[in-house]
Amino acid sequence: MASDDLPTFATTDPRLSRRMINVLHGNPTIIPLFVLVLGLAVFSSVVGERFFHPFNLSLVLQQVTIIGTVALAQTLIILTAGIDLSVGAIVVLSSVAMGRLAMDQDLPPGLALSLGIAVGSACGALNGFFVTLIRLPPFIVTLGTWSVFNALIQFWSGGETIRQQEIEAAAPILQWTGESLRMGAARLTIGSLLMLLLAGLLWYVLNRTAYGRHIYAVGNDANAARLSGIGTRRVLFTVYLIAGAICGFAGWLLIGRIGAISPLGGAMTNLDSITAVVIGGTSLFGGRGSIIGTLIGALIVGFFRNGLALAGLDVLWQEFTIGFLIIIAVSFDQWLRRIST
Amino acid sequence: MTGPTASAATEPALKARGLVKSFGRVVAMDGADFDLMPGEILAVIGDNGAGKSTMISALAGAVRPDAGEIYLGGERVSFHSPMDARARGIETVFQGLALAPALTIVDNLFLGREYRVPGLRGRLFRLLDRARMREEARRHLSELGLMTIQNIDQVVETLSGGQRQGVAVARACAFGSKVVILDEPTAALGVKESRKVLDLIRDVRARGISIVLISHNMPHVFEIADRVHIHRLGRRVAVVRPSDMSMSDAVAIMTGAMEPPAGRQDR
Repeated sequence: MASDDLPTFATTDPRLSRRMINVLHGNPTIIPLFVLVLGLAVFSSVVGERFFHPFNLSLVLQQVTIIGTVALAQTLIILTAGIDLSVGAIVVLSSVAMGRLAMDQDLPPGLALSLGIAVGSACGALNGFFVTLIRLPPFIVTLGTWSVFNALIQFWSGGETIRQQEIEAAAPILQWTGESLRMGAARLTIGSLLMLLLAGLLWYVLNRTAYGRHIYAVGNDANAARLSGIGTRRVLFTVYLIAGAICGFAGWLLIGRIGAISPLGGAMTNLDSITAVVIGGTSLFGGRGSIIGTLIGALIVGFFRNGLALAGLDVLWQEFTIGFLIIIAVSFDQWLRRIST
Repeated sequence: MTGPTASAATEPALKARGLVKSFGRVVAMDGADFDLMPGEILAVIGDNGAGKSTMISALAGAVRPDAGEIYLGGERVSFHSPMDARARGIETVFQGLALAPALTIVDNLFLGREYRVPGLRGRLFRLLDRARMREEARRHLSELGLMTIQNIDQVVETLSGGQRQGVAVARACAFGSKVVILDEPTAALGVKESRKVLDLIRDVRARGISIVLISHNMPHVFEIADRVHIHRLGRRVAVVRPSDMSMSDAVAIMTGAMEPPAGRQDR
């Protein structure tokens, strides 16, 4: 068909570097996976057998459950080239809503739980409304709503913690996510299992449904997505709504994890969730990243914290290391984007 | 009343009469006419600001004209969005290509019109029919001689400019389209890749699809077009055949340095 003097569209560039770059483009989780394996190898050699003990492994999983769940929500948003700084506040507001509705209003615990998740969804819908209909930058919108939601938390809770025993007596279902299944020395909490289930569900949506592909397309190039016939504003709005619902769900996991309902819990969740997403290889510029990457990112944060602590280093070295990991992850993403054109 | 076959032979595939569009005080289209005959390559040339992109956008459904009529195969149509135009068989390859660079070739080919698997898994769980999409993608690409793109799961940003153009063109003619509008398909390409894309455009015409080619590249226009629509000051001033007119005369008409030839307004 094409004569000999015409160039073909062949894409097998013989250079190994180019082929590797193509592989990295198609499989962005390779790098975080490599970091995770490398970290595990280093920590296990420094810390010794304790590190790989089933109890320790399941402990790390418990420690990353809340961050991991919120990071799943954050992944959806960052894939659309957005950011959500209000996730931490939505988690706490939802948990306060569940507690107060069950305690003060004497609602059936199951109903209070559902309404709490509905509160999270409403928060997400509010973010989505400002981002899609008023067309404000997500950074500004969620910085604003973060403050608004924090005020609502203080208003609704009166600044008071609901103690563990009170919840146990009136609404034990709220603590159900903290119960654990023993498997030998490992203790897997219901919350961790639910997080993994949610991750599986989101993986399916992102990779096996048209809606998921549209989320990538909108974040990649919103204009191209619109010209391809995708309702970009509908996609954006629903992503913020779903993220809010996931944060509401994370509020339930938070009650299970700490037992009580505190208006101060989850203060670090905002930045930690972004950290997990970024270290997991999802691009802050949108359209690039994965659910599996985010899980790995959350595990990297968890294992580095845990490993550094077991190695007997001061807590400040955890923050120090994680900080560098973020910068390295973002530089790598920038490099990959630059060489693509 | 003429028979349907007789009228189908002479009826333009896409026709516009008296299109008007103003943006504030700027009149982008001032009674523009347009005729695209079935199975031809019609080039549209015009100086910057002549309003040719506005006209093309109107034909593609991206701009709604203030006045005037558009006919598709003799039938009056009115598009509210590019989706409308696409549903009627008019596909546009925009200059920015409208591809999502981080998605794969298959994902891009079917972006916005994905297939779901039949039955409950498709209806309820919205499961994509990836096997069918891959198979069709492979077929479309090989029909256009693009099957040297070996891995259809490759992400688009790892392709060269010409390959991306190939994917965009393949997408435009993959869904039973009648008219394909190409906006500056060779603008960002080198000499060899331009050549490959021009060959591709001829292949598309050979499949019976009518093509509108917007280009500033006069050698390309005169090499490939069956007729050339010259646009100036918001309207069509001449339609010429490349064999009847020199390139420099066409440019002179386009810029207003020369009067358009009389009696050559149509055909």
